[in-house]
Amino acid sequence: MNGTGLRPAWLALGLLLLSLLLLVLGAGVGSTGWESVWKILAQDPADPLAWQIVRDIRLPRTTGAWLAGALLGLAGAVAQGVFRNPLADPYLLGSASGASLGVALAMAALGVSPFALQGLLRLGITGAAFVGAAAAVLLTLVLAKGAHNTMRLLLAGVVVGVVLGAASSMVLLLTPEIMQAMQSFMLGSTAFVGWSACLLMAAVLVVVLLASWSLSRVLDGLALGEATAQSLGLPLAPLRMLLIVLLALATGTAVAQCGLIAFVGLAAPHLVRSLVRAMHRWLLLLSAGMGAVLLLSADLLARWLIAPQELPVGVLTAVLGGSYLLWLMHRRNVQEIS
Amino acid sequence: MTPDHAWALQAEGLSVSLGGQPVLRDLTLRIAAGRWTSVVGPNGAGKSTLLRALAGMGHDQGRVLLQGRELRQWGGRARARTLAWLGQNQTAANDMSVYDVAMLGRLPHQPWLGAPTAQDHAAVEQALRQTQSWDWRGRSLGQLSGGERQRVLLARALAVQAQVLLMDEPLANLDPPHQTDWLHCVQELVAQGTTVVSVLHEISMALQAQDLVVLAQGRVLHQGACADAGTRQALEQVFDERIQVREIDGQWVALPRLSPRSA
Repeated sequence: MNGTGLRPAWLALGLLLLSLLLLVLGAGVGSTGWESVWKILAQDPADPLAWQIVRDIRLPRTTGAWLAGALLGLAGAVAQGVFRNPLADPYLLGSASGASLGVALAMAALGVSPFALQGLLRLGITGAAFVGAAAAVLLTLVLAKGAHNTMRLLLAGVVVGVVLGAASSMVLLLTPEIMQAMQSFMLGSTAFVGWSACLLMAAVLVVVLLASWSLSRVLDGLALGEATAQSLGLPLAPLRMLLIVLLALATGTAVAQCGLIAFVGLAAPHLVRSLVRAMHRWLLLLSAGMGAVLLLSADLLARWLIAPQELPVGVLTAVLGGSYLLWLMHRRNVQEIS
Repeated sequence: MTPDHAWALQAEGLSVSLGGQPVLRDLTLRIAAGRWTSVVGPNGAGKSTLLRALAGMGHDQGRVLLQGRELRQWGGRARARTLAWLGQNQTAANDMSVYDVAMLGRLPHQPWLGAPTAQDHAAVEQALRQTQSWDWRGRSLGQLSGGERQRVLLARALAVQAQVLLMDEPLANLDPPHQTDWLHCVQELVAQGTTVVSVLHEISMALQAQDLVVLAQGRVLHQGACADAGTRQALEQVFDERIQVREIDGQWVALPRLSPRSA
C-alpha cells in the first residue's frame, strides 16, 4: 500500500484538529446529552450534577479513550516495525492473554467486578492486568531465548497467548460468578477511566513516544532486513529488546485501563501508510494520532448509537477494524488481478 | 611478505555450520585491497555464507580481519562506514521512497538523532545517479519492478561510500544493459581505490573481475587472477567441465559445453 503523496505534517495537523473536535464532542455525548454542557456554560450553580457528569465522567473517559487509542496505535507501529510484518499487532507477544489472566485471577481472588468498584480494588485489578500483560511478554521472551530471532519470538508469542487464554478460561470455569465482569474486560470499555488513569496513560505515552521515536532509525533499518540493519552498524539485539519493552509497556498500560480493544493497534499504522509515505519518525507519531482518533470515534459511537445504553467499544472497533481489513484484502486482490 | 594493510579482508580458519551442516570448512582467504574479487562456485559451495562471514554476520570458528584488524575489535558504526554489504533477496518496505532507502546507507555516518547533512544528501544523489535511479527518487519501492528495486538497493550500498563493498548476487533481476552499467560502476569504484567482493552466478560477468575465488564444498579450491590460465582451469573443473571458458573479442566468457570433453 502506498501513500497518496499527502505530507506527514498535514496529516498530523488533520489528526490534531480531528482529535480536538472529537474531544469537544465527547463532552456532550452521554445519557443527558448536551444539556449538561449548556448548564455549565450558563454557569448554573444549582446543578452541580452537570459539572460532575462532564468533569468527572465524560471528560476523563473521552481523554482516556484518546490516550488508550494513542498507546495502541503507537504499539501497533512499533510491533509492525520490529516484526517486519504488516499484520503484527500489539497483542502479538501474549500481552492480551496475560492481562486477561491477571484480571481473571484478581477477580476470582477478590470476588468482585472490576468496573463496579473504585479505589484500591480497582487499582488492584488494573494493576493485575498490567502485571499479567508484562509477565506474558516476559514469558514469551524467555521461551524465545531473547529477542534476536523474530520467528521464534512470534511462535513463542502465539504459544503464550494460547496457553494463557486457556488458563483464563479455566479460571472462568471454576468461578462462573466473574463471567459477566470478565466479559466487560474482554470487550473493552472506557466507562470507568478516571483522571488518575488518564494521567498514568499520558505519562506512559510521552515516555514510549519519545523512546520509540529515538529508536525510529532502527525500525527504518530493519525494514531492509535484519542482515542489512546489522551491516549498517545497528546493535540490533539490545535495541530490539528495548523496543519490545516499550511495546509491552504501551500495550499493558492501555489494556489495564480499558480492557481488550481489538484492531486499533493493527489498523492505525495501516491507515497512516495508506495516506502518507513516511519513515518511522513520522509513522510512529502519526500512528499514535490515528489510533487515538480511531478509538475515540469508536467510543463516541458506542455511547451514541443506542443512547442512553452503551455498546462495548471493543465490539465496535472489532467490527469496524475487521471490515477495514476485509476491504484492504479485497483492494489488494483487485490490484493483483489487474 | 605482503603487509597486512595490503589486504582489505582476511579470513583465517573460518568454519560455519548452518542447521548442523558444515558450510564453510577451515577456510583461509585473503582479499587484496583496491581490487575487484569475484567469488564463484556451484550451488551450495558456501559463497553467500562466506560473504556474510566476511561482513561480520557470524562464524563458528576462525577469525576475520578487516584492514588487518579483527572484526570484533571494530566498533559497529566504524565497521559499517568501512565495510558495506548488499545481500541477495533483500526485502524492503514498499512504503519507503527510493530516496529514503538510499539515505539509510548514510546511517553509519550520522549521529544518533542527527539530521542528514549536505554531505549525506550529496552521497545519496551520487549513488542514485550512479545506478540511474535518481529520476524516480520520489517514488515508493512498491511502485518499482524487480530490476529497479535492485538498483535502488545497490544505491543504498553505494551511498555508504565504504572502502570495502561486499555484494551478493547484485545482478539479480537486472537486464543486460543495467548489468553493463553495474560493471562500469564497479570498475569506477575500483579505480577510486574501493575493494569490491562480489558473489556472482553469471560466470562471464565474474570473469570481468581482477581476481577470482573458486569455492567448492566450503573450501577455497583456487584463488588467482582471472587472467591466469590456472584460474580458468579451476573454474571449468569446479563445474565438472560442463562449462568452457573462451576468449571472445578480448573478453573471457563462460559457455555451456554441449559435447563431452575430448580426452
